[in-house]
Amino acid sequence: MVTTPNGFDLDNTGRRIVVDPVTRIEGHMRCEVNVDDEGVIRNAVSTGTMWRGLEVILKGRDPRDAWAFTERICGVCTGTHALTSVRAVEDALGITIPDNANSIRNMMQLNLEIHDHVVHFYHLHALDWVNPINALRADPKATSELQQAVSPAHPLSSPGYFRDVQNRLKKFVESGQLGLFKNGYWDNPAYKLPPEADLMATTHYLEALDLQKEIVKVHTIFGGKNPHPNWLVGGVPCPINMHSTGAVGAINMERLNLVSSIIDKCDEFNRNVYIPDVKAIGGFYRNWLYGGGLSSKACLAYGDIPENPNDFSPEQLYLPRGAIINGNLNEVHDVDPRDPEQVQEFVDHSWYSYGESGKGLHPWDGVTEPNYELGPNAKGTKTNIKQLDEEGKYSWIKAPRWRGNAMEVGPLARYIVGYAKGHEDIKDQVDGFLRDMDLPVDALFSTLGRTAARALESEYCGRLQKYFFNKLMTNIKNGDESTANIEKWDPSTWPKEAKGVGMTEAPRGALGHWIKIKDGRIENYQCVVPTTWNGSPRDTQGNIGAFEASLMNTPMERPDEPVEILRTLHSFDPCLACSTHVMSPDGEELTEVKVR
Amino acid sequence: MSQIETFYDVMRRQGITRRSFMKYCSLTAAALGLSPSFVPKIAHAMETKPRTPVIWVHGLECTCCSESFIRSAHPLAKDVVLSMISLDYDDTLMAAAGHAAEAAFEETIQKYKGNYILAVEGNPPLNEDGMFCISGGKPFVEKLKHAAKDAKAVISWGACASYGCVQAAKPNPTQATPVHKVITDKPIIKVPGCPPIAEVMTGVITYMLTFDRMPELDRQGRPAMFYGQRIHDKCYRRPHFDAGQFVEAWDDENARKGYCLYKMGCKGPTTYNACSTMRWNDGVSFPIQSGHGCIGCSEDGFWDQGSFYDRVTDLTQFGVEANADKIGLTAAGAVGAGVAAHAAITALKAAQKKTQSTKEEA
Repeated sequence: MVTTPNGFDLDNTGRRIVVDPVTRIEGHMRCEVNVDDEGVIRNAVSTGTMWRGLEVILKGRDPRDAWAFTERICGVCTGTHALTSVRAVEDALGITIPDNANSIRNMMQLNLEIHDHVVHFYHLHALDWVNPINALRADPKATSELQQAVSPAHPLSSPGYFRDVQNRLKKFVESGQLGLFKNGYWDNPAYKLPPEADLMATTHYLEALDLQKEIVKVHTIFGGKNPHPNWLVGGVPCPINMHSTGAVGAINMERLNLVSSIIDKCDEFNRNVYIPDVKAIGGFYRNWLYGGGLSSKACLAYGDIPENPNDFSPEQLYLPRGAIINGNLNEVHDVDPRDPEQVQEFVDHSWYSYGESGKGLHPWDGVTEPNYELGPNAKGTKTNIKQLDEEGKYSWIKAPRWRGNAMEVGPLARYIVGYAKGHEDIKDQVDGFLRDMDLPVDALFSTLGRTAARALESEYCGRLQKYFFNKLMTNIKNGDESTANIEKWDPSTWPKEAKGVGMTEAPRGALGHWIKIKDGRIENYQCVVPTTWNGSPRDTQGNIGAFEASLMNTPMERPDEPVEILRTLHSFDPCLACSTHVMSPDGEELTEVKVR
Repeated sequence: MSQIETFYDVMRRQGITRRSFMKYCSLTAAALGLSPSFVPKIAHAMETKPRTPVIWVHGLECTCCSESFIRSAHPLAKDVVLSMISLDYDDTLMAAAGHAAEAAFEETIQKYKGNYILAVEGNPPLNEDGMFCISGGKPFVEKLKHAAKDAKAVISWGACASYGCVQAAKPNPTQATPVHKVITDKPIIKVPGCPPIAEVMTGVITYMLTFDRMPELDRQGRPAMFYGQRIHDKCYRRPHFDAGQFVEAWDDENARKGYCLYKMGCKGPTTYNACSTMRWNDGVSFPIQSGHGCIGCSEDGFWDQGSFYDRVTDLTQFGVEANADKIGLTAAGAVGAGVAAHAAITALKAAQKKTQSTKEEA
């Protein structure tokens, strides 16, 4: 047994269980755990199993194009990399954006948070808690009563409505073609909901599927499409024309009315469906408080949603910034992405090489040479891995650390940082939730807490979305229709060399892009993304990352069926395409090309 | 088989009358450019067909194609998944994981040999023996080949599977490779775009279910019905192009008036896609309508054609738009001649395509 510096007792002597692929995530991931004789997880190994190399692709390109490349890092959190990228370029070149652009960007980012959280909860995470097959046994009338009890305001609650959904589900199951539900773990005792709650939640799975395509229309209006709306260095590409000829080709009253109606829909769904569901489902799992991992020890948030354009000071951000380490919630450290001592990446257990071991590098000086090799105790071959050796290299994800600490990022980390800082809106929401659930504050440090924080944040982002809509309207009414600053659009106005940082809070957590520009071209581009933090492998000191930590000491009902592993991993909303793309300019010297 | 819910059942259950159902079928026929005689055929297919199994695999990607797919407004994604296809394997959405997921994959292949559709999102990297994308401990490319072997047809979703997309942009460090360069013995439909439009994705699937065959493909393997015309051909800002009215700088007066974005680098003149006609997200908008030029995301190698803000200069192949500035100066005269020339070229192109497709069928 080994005790990690961040306080976890690892024991890899028990039975090894491999989950590959981990499904219902973005991208490709593998997880291995050791369980003891009681079926409790005593060692956890999380592996990113894809790598795309986007930064080397960015080298030499026009910095104004970088948003489009980096946006394609992830189509699930679409837009957040693009926003981070335009911020990095604007930071490097000293470009300021107009007030309207700030409001529109904030609305797009908040809209993404809501969309991403809703889709995550209902379509990627719900099946870890909800058993759609069990829903067939529900009494539609009792389901209706349950629905009206947990959310009296939700209009879709009649017995007939639930009977229809149940019949459809029944037909689907009886067809023998189970589709996405095929081979699920439907008789596993880890599922705790009564049939009526299962039917209610499965119904909302379908409602949310219909709704999510409406939510994104805010992106479509301002950015032309979703996924992957368009952005612009210096502002936003959509002009505003409220009064004159040609208004139909711009943001006008009709467009804004559509935005406003979608904002209301988001709000209603958050209040009437999402939050009540999390409370109702959570109520049946209120004793299942595993999965806290690093959340009680080390949390990181960069903060986002600036009140005013071009001002990222912490007191001006609606989503909080700060770092908590060593479990000391009484002290929230400020975060400086430019400080070479703060954010560093290590590769001792990642499939990269720095040439020397034990070294950490700040992203501006990031180096990444792929070095795919398995540890000496791995089983299988290099192209048919049976079991990884966590003593050696075992992941395409690097290990970022904040002042040497493995950190959790994401909605729960933001809410813990916010709570610790006394952020009023966050504190009200969290206290209210805990009161309704009759749970102590400590209960937050769990898989359930992570899932709840995401729901609360969705509701908060809904309110902020409305706030920035009103702010935009007020500004327009005051006569300001400006959406872009083109003073430094032309590269001839740029300095010979520049470097900058862009930061956002992506739905999954703290996201940073670091850029170096030389002679009007990208010289170096590095991204450190949320799942790199959460999914990181061990570092030089042996600290385990957030995914690994969260799995520790969780009992499994049936070790052959990874319901609990999926439940906890999903609570982070892993995004592997994001986490595993990092590569430096030096990475061009790759293994030789082999065509199959 | 009676308990299998068909598309018709779904519509009836949702309170849609027989009359409305038939109307839907004729609208579908019209949308697909088919004569009214096809209406009963569509109706029959939707009334009787069991759900076609689909295996949806993921390589190097960003998952924007899956995200786009669930945005479909007609048909709704839930109706596609619950009632039109049987999505028996899709690592992004399926309940099972690990061994149980792999088992679902194998079972589907064995049970429906030759009868399932393989949908591919993303692409396989070939460097590092394929281990830049690992699934089940093995290179993704193996999984792709295995699934393709017994597939009825392959759909290459999006720019990644069709052409390589961003990870294949220069210098393509992982040697990310489009599907048709790895799978060479199966019919492949390319549905490019980053991502493709949601209703194009469900339109392609619905077409295949309805007619039980591939849609007509152009020389590049794209469904001609959705990729047959340039964005520029059907752009609502086209009259401004023809009149020489251009946006000269972001957020200038002309931008606010909705003038043509050609000078801001719009790739509409060289991009084949349905954006300017179908538009995005239930028809709400498309990039040009929202003020940014098209970046050409459905074209092969669009990442390596210079900056997205560089003006398209190679318009000479069609003659008409060779010099937008010049057209602007002599707008009135150019328009008439332009329209005529354009029509002639379109006719010529149509003839060429006919020859091509005849050849392919032969």
